[in-house]
Amino acid sequence: MARKEMLAMLLAGGEGKRLGVLTKDLAKPAVYFGGKYRIIDFTLSNCTHSGIDTVGVLTQYQPFELNRYLGIGTPWGLDRSDGGMAILPPHVKQKGGVWYKGTANAIYQNMEFIERYNPSYVLVISGDHIYTMDYDLMLQHHKRCGADVTIAGIEVDWKEASRFGVMHVDDEDRITAFEEKPAKPTSNIASMGVYIFTWSVLQKYLIYDEANRQSSNDFGKDIIPAMMRDGLIVSAYSFRGYWKDVGTIESLWEANMDLLAEEPSLDLSDKDWRIYSVNPNRPAQYVAAGAEVISSMVTEGCVVEGRVDRSVLFYGVQMEKDSEVSESVIMPNVRIGEGARVYRAIIGEGAVIEDGVQIGDPEDDAITVVAVGQFVANDHVLLEVEPS
Amino acid sequence: MSNRIMGVINLIHETDELEHLTQNRCLATVPFGARYRLIDFILSSMVNSGINKVAVFAHTKYRSLMDHLGSGKYWDLNNRQSGLFILPPATDDLQEISRGDLYHFYQNRDYFNRSTAEYVVITRSHMVCNIDFNPIIDEHEARGADITIVCKKQHDLPGKARKVKMSSDGRVTSIQENYGRMLSDVSSMEMYVMKKDLLMELVETSLAQGQDHLVRHAIFSRLNKLRVYGHLYDGYLGVVNTLESYFTNSMNLLCPEVWKELFFQPGTIFTKVKDEPPARYLESSKVNNSLIANGCRIEGTVENSILFRGVHIGKGAVIRNSIIMQNGIIGENSLIQHSILDKDVRVDCNRDIRGAEKLPFLAGKRKTI
Repeated sequence: MARKEMLAMLLAGGEGKRLGVLTKDLAKPAVYFGGKYRIIDFTLSNCTHSGIDTVGVLTQYQPFELNRYLGIGTPWGLDRSDGGMAILPPHVKQKGGVWYKGTANAIYQNMEFIERYNPSYVLVISGDHIYTMDYDLMLQHHKRCGADVTIAGIEVDWKEASRFGVMHVDDEDRITAFEEKPAKPTSNIASMGVYIFTWSVLQKYLIYDEANRQSSNDFGKDIIPAMMRDGLIVSAYSFRGYWKDVGTIESLWEANMDLLAEEPSLDLSDKDWRIYSVNPNRPAQYVAAGAEVISSMVTEGCVVEGRVDRSVLFYGVQMEKDSEVSESVIMPNVRIGEGARVYRAIIGEGAVIEDGVQIGDPEDDAITVVAVGQFVANDHVLLEVEPS
Repeated sequence: MSNRIMGVINLIHETDELEHLTQNRCLATVPFGARYRLIDFILSSMVNSGINKVAVFAHTKYRSLMDHLGSGKYWDLNNRQSGLFILPPATDDLQEISRGDLYHFYQNRDYFNRSTAEYVVITRSHMVCNIDFNPIIDEHEARGADITIVCKKQHDLPGKARKVKMSSDGRVTSIQENYGRMLSDVSSMEMYVMKKDLLMELVETSLAQGQDHLVRHAIFSRLNKLRVYGHLYDGYLGVVNTLESYFTNSMNLLCPEVWKELFFQPGTIFTKVKDEPPARYLESSKVNNSLIANGCRIEGTVENSILFRGVHIGKGAVIRNSIIMQNGIIGENSLIQHSILDKDVRVDCNRDIRGAEKLPFLAGKRKTI
């Protein structure tokens, strides 16, 4: 088989605890986003557009639906006979096996997969970020810098910096300091969780790291700091564009709302960078006489008889007469009954909001979440969502 | 039972009366219903009925057909056990190409001979419906019929269709072409069920007698010899073979009952998928009683209309009673009424385009207005 210059390892085992009821039976990368997509579509589409045709998807938590969804990678053009998509769950070998202990351990356990293609570089990405990025440009940067590892970084709001790994970068794009989720950040350049490693270097570090019992086997906490300590060339690739970690209810909601801007910074209609997805087969959406839809995104298969304002409707949503949905994300096949009102909410797939029920409060800033398949009648008390 | 029925979608000498819409494509691939092509309805019906071998007898202008159907994977026809066969005319001779459908059946007789199916369902592409063939086969067997013709009893069916006269027990006594004073209000849906062996026999004997049309010659002239029955279909039917019927049937989709039945019952209608994002409604949008496909961007007003995938409606533009096909762009403050715009039509700002209800304005593919 032809040697691959770079292959991608996509970390998709996240449990997504902070997404609460939305990830009860679902891995985070399979959570719905943007009217017809799942979070993982973005990174997979990025791989395809960047010319990467070999992708290992590392799964762990609640893999069934995610695996079903990914199939053999056909929607992303990854059903290849040379390379393509491989789903890599934790497994046992002769000496036994363990669950993936951390991001680095997940790659360590699949070194054989990587060696099979013997790449020069390995791209490590995670399946829970929303962004469009050409990894090939980043690879060129990596080569130009002669780097051992390149980390993509993006400027974030100072307020948010403590949620991420932040890095200090010098004039030559070298990372001089790296802090994982610091309480008092001294830089606002966040790591996007996108790494390009020179494979021969990474291989060594993975083996060292595995032997180190103190290690948490994590890229951000262990591997990168070790490489910096050893004086390796750790380079930063600065990314300008839209990027969002949708790991919390608030950020998931916000990222959906971001799509509704007049000219959103993440352009889903860019014909040169289509986000590929499993396309559900539904007829065109029907907007009834008397309905009103403004500042929203609505997907095929919906029937809208009510009022939709600043919201995202996934396929198969049925909104009955006089219903109203405002600043909300309505996942597939939800029914919003006659006269029902939904404000600032995320409604899980297949939920039913009975006639006349009100979800959320227009005066309140909190986001209400209705679980997948939940039936909400008038006397139903929604569980408080744990603040994340 | 699997493999019991094989399907044929017969596009040989399909009518060609949709003006610009069929100028560069066959009737089978005329876009319909915001995201489909006409052939999707019959093809999906076959697949949903468990027919896993379907041949499409292509005839002329079939580039868009090949492009649309591809390997058949969107209809689940690309498995080891099943298949889609697109069979263009097996001859270069113009005179032979223009011969009747039986001649082409004969040329492709390998398709029939290689299959173990007992029955053949022969259809055309322009009957828009969602139909299950299994009860029809059951009825066919129960009656001991040689041929069953699927028919629709409806008085004011738009479009052109042959008329069928049936006796009280359902036997077809005569068939009439679609002109002259009609002998009944039962229309033929041009769907014929018969044993494969009978079809092969009809093909050979008819051709030997110098006759080469399936309906006109092989069936019509044997009504007294063969047991030909009519099956009355009671679901929604749109006969789409004239511009007027195209427009009327499109507008019928705006009735929610038709939308729910045609697209979902008894199965779903499949089509080639496209990675278009969900439709975007901007702050200034006003949409009423319309079908909107993915990829649209709406800043203006849309009423009683159908927008295909990727249509942009500019600010202040008003679309009424119209059909805008894929990637249409309507400039700001333009008015479009009773019109059909084919794919990739661009309308500049401040235009005023009006057709009449009975005579919609039609703009050909890639026109700029």
